[in-house]
Amino acid sequence: MHEQHHEHHEPGFWRKYIFSVDHKVIGIQYSLTSLLFLFFGFSLMMMMRWQLAYPGQPLPWIGRLFGEANMPEGVMVPEFYNQLGAMHGTIMVFLGVVPLAVGGFGNYILPLQIGAPDMAFPRINMASYWFLFVGGVVMLASFFLPGGAAQSGWTSYAPLANIAPTGQTAWLIGMIFLITSSLLGSINFIVTTVQLRVRGLSFFKLPFFVWAQFVTSFLLLLAFPPLEAAGVLQLMDRVAGTSFFLPSGLVVTGQPLEVSGGGNPLLWQHLFWFLAHPEVYVLILPALGIVAEVIANNTRKPLWGYRTMVYSLIFLGFMSFIVWAHHMFMTGMGTAMSTFFQATTMIISVPSVIILTCLAISLWGGSIRFTVPMHFALAFIPMFAIGGLTGLPLGLTASDLHLHDTYYVIGHFHYVVAPGTIFALFAGIYYWFPKVTGRMMNEKLGKLHFWLSLIFMNGVFTPMLLIGVAGVSRRLYDQTGYAHGAAVQDLTVFSSWSAWLLAVAQIPFIINFLMSMRKREKVRSDNPWEATTLEWATPTPPPHGNFPTAPQVYRGPYEYSVPGRSADFWPQHLPEEAESTQPRPATT
Amino acid sequence: MGETAYGWWLPMNVATYGGEVDYLINVIHWIMGILFVGWGIFFFYCLIRFRRREGQKAVYQPIHAKPAKYVEIGVIIAEAILLLSFSMPVWARFKHEFPAEKDALVVRVVAEQFAWNVHYSGKDGRFGRTAPQFISSSNLLGLDPDDPDGKDDINAVNQLHFPVNKPVIVHLSTKDVIHSFKIPVMRLTQDAIPGTEIKIWFEASRTGQFDLACAQLCGLGHYRMRGAVSVDTPEAFAKWMEERQSEVSGTGTEY
Amino acid sequence: MSAEVEIPYAVKPHPVTGLFNGKFGIWLFLASEVMLFGALFSTYVLLRVGAEAWPHGYSLLNVPLATLNTFVLILSSVTMVMAWASLKMGDFRKFRLNLGATILLAFVFLIVKSFEYGAKFEHHIHPATSTFYAIYFTLTGLHGLHVIGGILVNLYLLLPGSALWRTEPERFTNRIECAGLYWHFVDLVWIFLFPVLYLL
Repeated sequence: MHEQHHEHHEPGFWRKYIFSVDHKVIGIQYSLTSLLFLFFGFSLMMMMRWQLAYPGQPLPWIGRLFGEANMPEGVMVPEFYNQLGAMHGTIMVFLGVVPLAVGGFGNYILPLQIGAPDMAFPRINMASYWFLFVGGVVMLASFFLPGGAAQSGWTSYAPLANIAPTGQTAWLIGMIFLITSSLLGSINFIVTTVQLRVRGLSFFKLPFFVWAQFVTSFLLLLAFPPLEAAGVLQLMDRVAGTSFFLPSGLVVTGQPLEVSGGGNPLLWQHLFWFLAHPEVYVLILPALGIVAEVIANNTRKPLWGYRTMVYSLIFLGFMSFIVWAHHMFMTGMGTAMSTFFQATTMIISVPSVIILTCLAISLWGGSIRFTVPMHFALAFIPMFAIGGLTGLPLGLTASDLHLHDTYYVIGHFHYVVAPGTIFALFAGIYYWFPKVTGRMMNEKLGKLHFWLSLIFMNGVFTPMLLIGVAGVSRRLYDQTGYAHGAAVQDLTVFSSWSAWLLAVAQIPFIINFLMSMRKREKVRSDNPWEATTLEWATPTPPPHGNFPTAPQVYRGPYEYSVPGRSADFWPQHLPEEAESTQPRPATT
Repeated sequence: MGETAYGWWLPMNVATYGGEVDYLINVIHWIMGILFVGWGIFFFYCLIRFRRREGQKAVYQPIHAKPAKYVEIGVIIAEAILLLSFSMPVWARFKHEFPAEKDALVVRVVAEQFAWNVHYSGKDGRFGRTAPQFISSSNLLGLDPDDPDGKDDINAVNQLHFPVNKPVIVHLSTKDVIHSFKIPVMRLTQDAIPGTEIKIWFEASRTGQFDLACAQLCGLGHYRMRGAVSVDTPEAFAKWMEERQSEVSGTGTEY
Repeated sequence: MSAEVEIPYAVKPHPVTGLFNGKFGIWLFLASEVMLFGALFSTYVLLRVGAEAWPHGYSLLNVPLATLNTFVLILSSVTMVMAWASLKMGDFRKFRLNLGATILLAFVFLIVKSFEYGAKFEHHIHPATSTFYAIYFTLTGLHGLHVIGGILVNLYLLLPGSALWRTEPERFTNRIECAGLYWHFVDLVWIFLFPVLYLL
């Protein structure tokens, strides 16, 4: 491929930074937007934690800012608590973690790692960001509707969601925008990965990060449409008076519901969880990808069991479609169906364990550099292990009898997503920051951010596992009314304080992030981590079109410490004969 | 029951099958702990032994890790055993092996936003017919006024009394949204799904006062949808039933 | 116009997959649409199986009109293929006729549909009337939205979009092929919808 010299009209501000079709700009847009939403979603939870720790107490200083409807005299009302809960979940999953992991990291890094000049469909890429943006605005605006935002959990179970205030309709509309964004993005990722790999880059020479994004995209493509269908059906129920999810004979606050009836609340649950289970793998797979990259780079040796990891990834993706009803064990499910889903749930733990074990074994025989990204990537392993292990008692019906819908579930999934995925995302930010900005983030602030976050993450979520075993249900505005809830109130208070301190622990990160972007001292190399994958072979930051000349790939993605070579890394794109370790490809 | 009944791990167990649920939970956590500690030791060993330092180099193709394969196979076998030998039998017993209705106390529980209607059949042992059109603030169960069987029916709102050492069969339903019937000390959770009536059973082996909680978000009052569970001696239970029965007037339409 | 990056295989097919990017993309999109309509068909099955009584579609719906619509859509798929084939043979005039016919037939479909819906509304029959009508209106309504989407895309390609034929004929032909694949899918969904809703 040779360069095309179009007329070099320098695009104006709007085309260059706001409505750009360049995957790198779009990746940054996704990343900044989702970081803001993560901060917002986290703030919602911090307010909830006040009510949980000190039920019925006015929130100091800021309590009265939320209006008479939500917090009269600064005391949260249950409806507002439920809004905070539903929107915390929705925003963190659909506007925070996934857009950052897939829209942010995926968009920026994937084309670079395969040597492509951009995504296969740059304009669709831009459209997918703006659909996310509109969806986010709708979700935020819903707080100001009469009755407030959605308040039936992020799970929006019928019939509660059917009869909920207007905010639920806004939630459904917002979800349609977010789902559309996701579908457009996943089509782009799949086509790009298959069609735009450079010469020599066969599938089994791809970085694990690319594989992870590739499988994730299939999950998004095939799992989201049933939720979209369900959203349409719930919209019809709410707006057109249908009864898809409403059986006959319902009486709400003494008044019979004037609907045709004949519907089934479990239909919503099946359609919802058909997406939402694969969705949790969407939350974790890109993180596994990032951790794999950082570990290979900082152990200075190839990943152990790369092929096994890839096959496990594919198997995991496939299995994720047939475990969904393990979220529904307590709905009156019989033995045949529950046996099937318990079995598939046990089976799906196998590839996860394999991938995590391979990552751990990759440490053996390495030369481990404890860089800041490596701190986060290493901590990911035990944290994700706790998350995964705590899934076991939930996946078996007999133990789920006691643990279903308790704080044990909250502890389980937060371990996977918070000190799991979010730590991996931090690792990715510290790791790829120099490629995007040309500067390294400050190491001391990074390590401070790491240690405080690690301690306080565990402070928030370990108590939840105990509170759950003690029998406390989730989504309770005030658990102290129950004897078993009052008995663990100390743990609840501890969890809340850990959460607030966790927020404070993010300050070094925010300062580091903002100040490092603009600092004078730049990196002296395009490849400061001495990595092997193609994104480090571009100029810093990569220009429009990414590679001045298209690279060619000669070897696997993690050729570190190859015997007989002077340097301890051998980039993918350097021809066999080149002894030089210069990251820039030779111009002919 | 005092504060010692509840703590930072499993609450006291009052149910006959509760012990098996507890056994499974504890066994799983032991397995989880052993795996975590084992992997953790390997993990920290690597971090220390293979840290980058003067003269130390990474090895390109280090080990063939047979132990890892055996651990993996061990995990699969452990999971299979947990599933087949522990979870499935307990679940099957809970779902299928119902006590005979003549040996049990049969109760209907109708959940609503935000209360539990506990429907006893009264002296005649027969439940009156209920239908949504009869529901009113003075007839929360919707008992048909023309059905003589319902005349002596009792609705003990938010109060679930039953005798110790006797199985109880609950027919669980809901008027409006999904609720969930949860008694932590009985290790019992069952969702109430609109449009369905789900049958569950349990048997308490100890007397005492316990909590019934709603375990599925059902609206703004979800957190206060608490029922008082009282496991009584047979005499105390009989006395309580008599008191409730005498409150029911001849027409039986006050509930 | 800003300096646009040239994307490989946007027009020429990839040597291994044999597809140009857009065609691959459209197939993936159709896979997601299968999941979308599949979820709605599953809803139909679940509701029907769980119902005490479920009416026969032919007793409530206008089978002759729907049969006509089925032929209209099938014919429009034929004209759509011919539009693409005309471009492949370099005959731009034939292409316009065929694509125009496709759009016209799609409008006929919608007009017939509006008569059907209109008749129902006149008798005060709405989605809320029963779960049968709820799933009938939702399935056919979503399908109708897809028909409208197809009309809009085809109108664009017939009118302003056709300017691309003069500068990049192969790229334009590829776009018609992609639009054709989408249109065939819309037709195929109807071919499942019709017997399930109207005949069973």
